[in-house]
Amino acid sequence: MGEKAVIVLHSGDMDKVYSALIIGNGALAMGMEASIYFTFWGLMRLKKGELEKGPLSKMNMMGMGRQMIKKRMDKANVASLERLMSDFKELGGKIIACEMTMEIMGITKEELRTELVDEWGAVGTYIQEARNANITLFI
Amino acid sequence: MAELEVDVRGQTCPVPLVECRKAFKRASPGDLVIVKGTHPASKKEIPMACEAMGLKVLEIEDKEGGKEWEIKIRR
Repeated sequence: MGEKAVIVLHSGDMDKVYSALIIGNGALAMGMEASIYFTFWGLMRLKKGELEKGPLSKMNMMGMGRQMIKKRMDKANVASLERLMSDFKELGGKIIACEMTMEIMGITKEELRTELVDEWGAVGTYIQEARNANITLFI
Repeated sequence: MAELEVDVRGQTCPVPLVECRKAFKRASPGDLVIVKGTHPASKKEIPMACEAMGLKVLEIEDKEGGKEWEIKIRR
């Protein structure tokens, strides 16, 4: 097995989801395996139509700060989260969804984009993924 | 041996790296992959990725007075 990057995405904030998907894509692009474990607020972004909807982690200001950053990102030609997710999957990235979060938040599989999810799991799944990983991050 | 062109001019992180990886997947061993871009960090990171994956970088060239670059890679 090759080198691997395993990312825990706990946050559902737009900027942090960007970090997770950019790092995940970077790892895949540089020849590593990559997986992202979506948990807690991060899991909310796997709900249908919610990937791009996260607030800004700081200075969101009821969405005004978010809008400003989004405008600047568009100007800099930054790819959308949907595009980054589709690239991540195309390059063989793995998405893991946290089942405990689903239970706590009362989320059913029908509410999630199951076509993106490679595995449903809990902490043991993360540990098994990360056990031999070269990079692991909590975002 | 085929030639593949990857035009990522105007694209920013991580798209140039990602598009290169896609091209390497499409290409067959021995093919020539030509990447054209403008993103400064990718000019050094694409060769880093190639080295990590054991691919040979043949040439890194500045174009348009340094505003663009072109990298030739042997798959």
